[in-house]
Amino acid sequence: MDLRARSHPTYLAFVVHRVSGLLLALFLPVHFWVLGTAIQGEARLDGFLRWTDNPMAKAAETLLVVLLAAHLAGGLRVLALEFLGWRARQKDMVAASAGIALLVGLVFLLNVV
Amino acid sequence: MSASERHGETPAAGRPRSATTRAQTHLWVAQRVTAMVLAIAVVVHLVMIVMAVRGGLSAAEIIARTRGNEAWLAFYVVFALAAGVHGAIGLRNIAAEAVGLRGRGADLAWVAAGLVTAGFGIRAAIGLYA
Repeated sequence: MDLRARSHPTYLAFVVHRVSGLLLALFLPVHFWVLGTAIQGEARLDGFLRWTDNPMAKAAETLLVVLLAAHLAGGLRVLALEFLGWRARQKDMVAASAGIALLVGLVFLLNVV
Repeated sequence: MSASERHGETPAAGRPRSATTRAQTHLWVAQRVTAMVLAIAVVVHLVMIVMAVRGGLSAAEIIARTRGNEAWLAFYVVFALAAGVHGAIGLRNIAAEAVGLRGRGADLAWVAAGLVTAGFGIRAAIGLYA
């Protein structure tokens, strides 16, 4: 089996896009359901927000923000490739996508703690 | 092996190949159009998240921004619909390519997953508005 294609950065980008998309698709209905339930009254929403005010919840939120930013940045790379024909410097584009995802996560973390 | 089989798609039984190909094209277009909508919506969402968490989240702050605001309601409804469609098509692709889960029953499950996600999202958007 030729594994050269799987060692290319764009394969890693494909895996990250798949895994982040899968996790976000599983998280989204739960997120919407919890928000929709918590929003039924200001006191109820405040109670939920207090429940999430702990290091574990903030770590999980940071991971979700990184997943969302990674899926966004990776998706923009795919759209640019398909619709704008940006085929050159794919390794740089993958690196830029990863950088954007981590930067967004860091900005969130610095503001949430 | 046909081109469609090489790309991980088996024509559904009893359906003409052209109809299957057309359906694949429609799904591809829907995935890309919702991706473009979501690209804008997610940037707005991420900016709002970072702004909202500065100094701690509060229900009063969230509700003050969204209650009675038709623009935010429209934004979140479009966001939820696009996310429901995009997620369902993505799950369908992953299931077909990773575990070979295909066919009408699986497609119905993905439609249901998309509707549930979008429905929950619209419920939350109405909760923020009303």
